[in-house]
Amino acid sequence: MNVTTRPALLDIAAIRDEFPILRQTIRGKQLVYLDSAASAQKPRAVIAAMVQAMESQYANVHRGLHWMSERTTDAYEGTRDAVARLLNARDRREIVFTRNSTEAINLVAHSFGRSVLRPGQAVLISAMEHHSNLVPWQMLRDAHDIELRVAPVTGAGELDMAGLETLLTDGRVGLVAITHMSNVLGTCTPAERIAALAHAHGARVLFDGSQAIVHRRIDVQALDADFYVFTGHKLYGPTGIGVLWARHELLEAMPPFLGGGDMISSVTWERSTWAEVPHKFEAGTPAIIEAIGLSAAIGFVESIGYDAIAAHEARLTDHALARLSAIEGVHVLGRAQDRGGVVSFTLDRAHAHDVATLLDRQGIAVRAGHHCAEPLMRRFGVDSTARASFGVYTTHEEIDALADTLARVREFFA
Amino acid sequence: MFDDLRDLYQEVILDHGRRPRHGSRLAAYDASAKGDNPMCGDRVQVFVRHDEGGRIAEAGFEARGCAISVASADLMAETVAGRTDDEVRELAGRFRDMARTGEAAGEDAAIERLRPLAGVHEYPSRVKCATLPWHALLAALDGKGEASSE
Repeated sequence: MNVTTRPALLDIAAIRDEFPILRQTIRGKQLVYLDSAASAQKPRAVIAAMVQAMESQYANVHRGLHWMSERTTDAYEGTRDAVARLLNARDRREIVFTRNSTEAINLVAHSFGRSVLRPGQAVLISAMEHHSNLVPWQMLRDAHDIELRVAPVTGAGELDMAGLETLLTDGRVGLVAITHMSNVLGTCTPAERIAALAHAHGARVLFDGSQAIVHRRIDVQALDADFYVFTGHKLYGPTGIGVLWARHELLEAMPPFLGGGDMISSVTWERSTWAEVPHKFEAGTPAIIEAIGLSAAIGFVESIGYDAIAAHEARLTDHALARLSAIEGVHVLGRAQDRGGVVSFTLDRAHAHDVATLLDRQGIAVRAGHHCAEPLMRRFGVDSTARASFGVYTTHEEIDALADTLARVREFFA
Repeated sequence: MFDDLRDLYQEVILDHGRRPRHGSRLAAYDASAKGDNPMCGDRVQVFVRHDEGGRIAEAGFEARGCAISVASADLMAETVAGRTDDEVRELAGRFRDMARTGEAAGEDAAIERLRPLAGVHEYPSRVKCATLPWHALLAALDGKGEASSE
């Protein structure tokens, strides 16, 4: 199927029918789910694929010589092919399954950070990272004498590219690790330019695609990335399954992360040898059912097509920015040119938690807090924000409900 | 639109949340502790000054947080003045039970003053907002520098 030629039109009613949970009422009110950036809801296809696998063919993978194990291994490894196609990877062996983005980044911090990077080198992140792309590097810094550098973010909430380049010029940066889309500001970062700059200064580059992959087509070859990570549960898939994509030669050069079953070639009392890439990074029984669910989620996204998804979410985001900005006392964080369907805001005289509680009483689910990005909050001089985030099932009417209710919240705390 | 929220956001809470009477660092204090709710980023620091007889002469706080946590800190500072540490510990226990269940033992003036916060028990994710200042106060009285709502 050639998804790129599909028209940018969504049959939103048909899509919503695929998500049983959206029919839910909360305290008598229709659920308005605006927290997809925290975790997306699951379409019927994902739920059905997981149930079907458990009801008809479930067994462990890569072990059994029986029919069930062979079928399940085929399905599990089929997800690796689906992810490779999704990311336009050169080679299916470049796909490593993890629990989530956090584990994928920790894998890189451990295996690449402690073996390929040398003490005295630096890792360069940005000021808009989620804690998952910050804390693993702090741990590497403290354990392995790696410097941690932070590229600044502009007042508009965009990556300061001049600042980023300045931090690369001494040639000591071995890895640039940057979000592809901020979970707070919605900002999409210029990944191709970042990769080109990193490579020009001798550094490898990792992108945290946890948010970006929900909203746009990712081509790791076109980006010229070295590592790309994402998590299944934000992409309409189950929890417990994430992906590390890395260039094959990098995975070959990296030692294993966790040791155990399934990642070895042979084991004696004296020593063990490692399985081939990617299996040397997948110790223990993996998240089999969840991988099968992820495959269904990818199928769901591809059946709609990224062009249509991106167009739908761009319209939603424009509408949300217009409606929220028109409410006196509401301040939206960041005004990046290139952005996805995530809008963080504050309301004068009302704390974000109070805002979220009042919205919740009307059935509207938003997130409130520091969004696992405390340093970014400080950068913008706020303790917390409320955040509305959109998915493929979000409607204009739901954004209107948010804006109308926010106007009433403002009166409540006036 | 928010009529059913009036149990949580009673006028006294909105008022003390907006204009806390004790929301500043004491010029002189003999006990202090910070409270931190890592889940939501709420932070409070409580300051206490005892008189010569060992009773709390004055309590104050600096807070970053929601209306519930600021109002709770303010009503706490108001009600603990004039009490001994042991009386405060006993009151803190009853307040914590009230925040969790909506019910409080006793009908004394102190618990009645705190009763507007009882509505928080219907909002499990907000109970910690109300109890965080008390965790910090107990940590201060016990000579610990920090408390967590966890």
